[in-house]
Amino acid sequence: MKVIRLILLGCGLLLIWQLVVFVTGAPHYILPGPVPVFHAIVNHSSTLLGHLQTTLTEILLGILLGSFLGVTTALIMTLSPLLKRWMLPVLVISQAIPVFALAPVLVLWFGYGMASKVAMAVLIIYFPVTSSFYYGMRRTEPQLLELAHIMDGRPMSIMRYIIIPSALPAFASGLRVATAVAPIGAVVGEWVGSSAGLGFYMLHANARMQIDVMFAALTVLSAVSLLLYFFIDFVLGKLIFWENTQGITR
Amino acid sequence: MRENRLARHAESGEAPSINFNNVSLSLGDKPLFDSLSMTIDGGRCTCILGPSGCGKSTLLRMISHTTTLVYQGTIRIESQTAGDGKIAWMSQNDLLLPWLSLLDNVLLGVKLRNAESSSHRAKARALLKEAGLAEYEDALPATLSGGMRQRGALLRTLMEERPVLLMDEPFSALDALARMKLQNLSARLTRKSTVLLVTHDPMEALRMGHKVLVLSNRPTQVKSIVSLAGTPPRNVDDPEIQAYFSVLLGQLMDESPV
Repeated sequence: MKVIRLILLGCGLLLIWQLVVFVTGAPHYILPGPVPVFHAIVNHSSTLLGHLQTTLTEILLGILLGSFLGVTTALIMTLSPLLKRWMLPVLVISQAIPVFALAPVLVLWFGYGMASKVAMAVLIIYFPVTSSFYYGMRRTEPQLLELAHIMDGRPMSIMRYIIIPSALPAFASGLRVATAVAPIGAVVGEWVGSSAGLGFYMLHANARMQIDVMFAALTVLSAVSLLLYFFIDFVLGKLIFWENTQGITR
Repeated sequence: MRENRLARHAESGEAPSINFNNVSLSLGDKPLFDSLSMTIDGGRCTCILGPSGCGKSTLLRMISHTTTLVYQGTIRIESQTAGDGKIAWMSQNDLLLPWLSLLDNVLLGVKLRNAESSSHRAKARALLKEAGLAEYEDALPATLSGGMRQRGALLRTLMEERPVLLMDEPFSALDALARMKLQNLSARLTRKSTVLLVTHDPMEALRMGHKVLVLSNRPTQVKSIVSLAGTPPRNVDDPEIQAYFSVLLGQLMDESPV
């Protein structure tokens, strides 16, 4: 049912796209229709695939590294109230600074290669992952903590059996947001300075007035981001199976 | 006899009594308890009845140190063995962890104390069998009925082998039949422990208790004490229940504000 809905939705969007082209009569170098873009995808498939590989690697590394840093930060903040007081402002600052404004600096520091793009993605997803996991742990059902207290539970075991599993559904929401925004970080990084990746290829095509190729790169990027999101969503749903069960206290 | 084995703690050490001595507690400017003194007998089941808001649950929380409210007076668990770990807790919510199987939920206490062993697992399995849940040990709580879940919560409480059991309306979320069954199981498995059971149901108190304390409105005092002969769980048609039911109901009605 979900798959059918997605296919219908995709077809609907393509139809609207074609309709806009038809109604506005926009020339193909401003807004190419779905058919020319599809041709461009087929004709440039090997080039697109190569650039996609770069961008996808950046996105995945960004998600992996950003999640690791976020989880670590959240755990430290939960375990140590002292460190929490110092890390909370850092966390907020990481969100308050416009990350896009940092992109040139990151390219300057980490070079034209993959590292600066991964760093961008990490910066973008660090906040949603950290804050969702941290607040998830803080919102552990008080009655469970009381029960653990009466059972004379060890602090680390209470973390392992109660606090962390309680927070995993919230963490999963954070990771979903991260998966959705990580491609933005990677592509913006590529725009600022790079020699590979879909973002680079879009600028490259734009400069040559190959608007259909630019749209082809954009379409591939969107499709892959969507697929990645659904994949992560599916895996999280399987692993954190208690996510959608009713609360502990009914 | 399995029952004896399960109640081992009560035989090795005696189940302690609990003494409230001049306990006073104010919420805002209104006193909740004003010099409340009472004794909960060791090794017996004491049921506490009272109008809502009279502080029944607060009493349990004060015994288990799970409240931050500051009170005057003393509450002592008169145990000859020193140290913590005398109390087990059961509440209206089963508090089963949805990410653990039923067996692991029953074993939660030993897991949290890093003390899990094969003998614990064997004991948990024996308890599950006793409660008719043997085939559900790998089931997740979300797949079980409310009655089964609460049975699991009871087993988790018993698994602790604590001499004092504090039960805060443990059966009130269940339908009548499931409640009756769980009351029977609970009464059978908690013999010889000191049980303090808070309830709003006079029938439950009369079925389960050796003694029933009726509390008054604020400032809360013990309004009356009913001591019952015989061994819980009593049948609904037990003459003692017949004799006291309307008396208790009347006393609760008197204390009810509306």
